Amino acid sequence: MKVKYFAWVRERVGKAEETIEPPSTVRTVEELIAWLSGRSEAYAHAFEKPKVIRAAIDHAHVKSDAAIAGAREIAFFPPMTGG
Amino acid sequence: MTCPVTIRIQQDDFDIAREIAVLTQGRTDIGAVVSFSGICRGDEDSAKISALTLEHYPGMAEEEIRGHADEAVSRWPLDGVTVIHRVGRFMPGQNIVLVLTASQHRQAAFQAAEFLMDYLKTNAPFWKKEESATGTGWVEAHARDDEAAARWTRS
Repeated sequence: MKVKYFAWVRERVGKAEETIEPPSTVRTVEELIAWLSGRSEAYAHAFEKPKVIRAAIDHAHVKSDAAIAGAREIAFFPPMTGG
Repeated sequence: MTCPVTIRIQQDDFDIAREIAVLTQGRTDIGAVVSFSGICRGDEDSAKISALTLEHYPGMAEEEIRGHADEAVSRWPLDGVTVIHRVGRFMPGQNIVLVLTASQHRQAAFQAAEFLMDYLKTNAPFWKKEESATGTGWVEAHARDDEAAARWTRS
């Protein structure tokens, strides 16, 4: 699946997007954040406060317990500040 | 009559008068147009801001705004909605966002414009980064914006 990062999540991870293949034991957004956090210090820094991170699956806002099965694109970003 | 909905995300500036003219052209059923402009401020909590950079999530940003515009159309008797959100780097005084709502009467237009702005601030995937004399930093979301959006939730 494709993962996209925005704002300071993107800056901390060090890339805007990538393709990942998490193991099948990673079933929810929350579990994906934990799995990503274990990849490197940069990811751990980006996701150090998981409750602050917002997620979207295929362009729709989701909660942290949302299932990631079948997702084409998952995005992680801070609370929005547009307008 | 149908309610045309126009959503645009662009780097270029917008011309409010021109956008209103596009919305009302050839129509005699519209009695009210409300226009909201969001402008880059030169200070934030007494700190001087030299520039603001707007980042967005292409695709989702348009879809999210369209979803809320469609909801506004279903909740109020609207005759036209235009939302233009700029992205890129802006100086204080420059336009950032425009919301236009047209209706037969003012109440629906006022309420729908406020509804759209409240949701745009909390749910549309845009992020602001500020530049000031002390450095650059991402703008933090305000609880007051969440509260403003929450009052439109229907039980």
